[in-house]
Amino acid sequence: MAEQQIKPMTLNFGPQHPAAHGVLRLVLEMDGEIIERADPHIGLLHRGTEKLIEHKTYLQAVPYFDRLDYVAPMNQEHAFALATEKLLGIEVPQRGQYIRVLYCEIGRILNHLLNITTFAIDVGAMTPILWGFEEREKLMEFYERACGARLHAAYFRPGGVHQDLPAGLLEDISAFCKTFPKVIDDMEGLLTNNRIFRQRTVDIGIITREEASDWGFSGVMLRGSNVPWDLRKSQPYDCYEELEFDIPVGKNGDCFDRYLCRIEEMRQSLRLMEQCIEKMPDGPVMTADHKITPPRRADMKQSMEALIHHFKLYTEGYHVPPGETYTAVEAPKGEFGVFLISDGSNKPYRCKIRAPGFAHLAAMDYMCRGHMLADSVAILGSMDIVFGEVDR
Amino acid sequence: MNEALNDLGEYISAAHAQRVTGFEVIADELIILCNRDAITKVLTFLRDDQNCQFKQLVDLTAVDHPSREERFDVVYNLLSLKLNQRIRVKIATDESTMVASVADVFSSAIWFEREAWDMYGIFFAEHPDLRRMLTDYGFEGHPLRKDFPLTGYVEVRYDETQKRVVYEPVNLTQEFRSFDFMSPWEGMLHLPGDEKADAENGEEGAA
Repeated sequence: MAEQQIKPMTLNFGPQHPAAHGVLRLVLEMDGEIIERADPHIGLLHRGTEKLIEHKTYLQAVPYFDRLDYVAPMNQEHAFALATEKLLGIEVPQRGQYIRVLYCEIGRILNHLLNITTFAIDVGAMTPILWGFEEREKLMEFYERACGARLHAAYFRPGGVHQDLPAGLLEDISAFCKTFPKVIDDMEGLLTNNRIFRQRTVDIGIITREEASDWGFSGVMLRGSNVPWDLRKSQPYDCYEELEFDIPVGKNGDCFDRYLCRIEEMRQSLRLMEQCIEKMPDGPVMTADHKITPPRRADMKQSMEALIHHFKLYTEGYHVPPGETYTAVEAPKGEFGVFLISDGSNKPYRCKIRAPGFAHLAAMDYMCRGHMLADSVAILGSMDIVFGEVDR
Repeated sequence: MNEALNDLGEYISAAHAQRVTGFEVIADELIILCNRDAITKVLTFLRDDQNCQFKQLVDLTAVDHPSREERFDVVYNLLSLKLNQRIRVKIATDESTMVASVADVFSSAIWFEREAWDMYGIFFAEHPDLRRMLTDYGFEGHPLRKDFPLTGYVEVRYDETQKRVVYEPVNLTQEFRSFDFMSPWEGMLHLPGDEKADAENGEEGAA
């Protein structure tokens, strides 16, 4: 009896599928239910950010970074602010650095909450998203109180942060740090030992440390494969050197280990936030050089020079000395880098944005081969893809 | 920090005297300038050599300098986890000259090179899958080139009579405003109208 022939099938996954995490069109070549080739089509959210930045002043470029990975907006701004500061050769005052780190860690929790809960809903668990999003709402309130916007903050500017924190905010963040571990525990109670969750994630999408390096992985995708690498430790920026925290690493490099790393990173972020609040120094939050940072509004009423500075900064902007730098930060998703070239004018000559999700998604084909169709959803969920940054 | 980078730069140029044309350290970052034809060899060396171990290609991108004869720079950003070191390798090319693909050396280059092809039109020879990446299906042109207008050439609209999305030439109700900010505040060193004064100074200097 001749074996029955199964016709190979091409399956279109997305761009409107909820598990595609945005606008991913994944063309899958299937042999039965086994994936033979996965071809991600990206660019459906391409807005030409890099081209736009070339036509804007340095300050006007800041809000574009919020709109890349809109789940953790301030972490992206951080990379751009650090790159610009490096070219300008300016230092951020201590208080500014501590506020930045505090808000970066809030961003990390924001990101991991969204990722873990949507990952859980992709593999069948409904409740975590309801619990997690309540906490995200609280965190976004902290964003709002610091800068006026829940999502698109434009808070980290080259030279520091835009304004000081209002009174009482630090106490409220501190209170949040006390209650949040309970939520993490609850969420872990739902997922970590859940049989369905484990069946869907353990030994799925394994990537070894050599493969992870070869594909340019960073962040949790690299740490999940047992590589203790974190830019906050190895190439510390701002005040991370003065703070204590641990880097969780996975053992097997599968989807479940990456989930565990994210859970532990949230706890470490809380630790960092508490230290920031405790050590928060007094003083200015921005450099006092008014050729780069705007003067206080009160000064503008009295001082002619302050008025001129304000006018020039918000029309022409500042000129950045010629040079180039690749500056990277440990964003929640991995290494977020900005390759900035200045030609001495008030606009960047070239600003390449290195998004961690781009490199991760590039390995989608490699990681999916030989897996079942349902596993592709788990792999995609554990990669932590947000299309704002992949498509730019 | 700078000394270590200088040492590393010298080590690499010594190992590849024919291929590496020079190196510089800008803002505590090491930049290796390299011959276009040798890029695969140099990157393989950087990846495998004991003193380098740059196992990760973190980023690959291009920069457009329209005034130059070879207008594009292809920039490779490498990272060594072992040495905790970054390095940048640069080669120059133009619109018609092919660059050897490094997809065999680093798998991450596959998508980065696709993106560079899409955005700049730099052709990578022997690339496994050189399709467009971020732009629309059927897009023409390379948008990140400096001579490509910010607004592009076409815009899309849903046409009710044809019941589909149609492409039309861009129609701007207002021109994109680009201001000339080379004002005397800080940017400009010579004021317009000062040519005469400069010329006089120059004559005095000559005399």
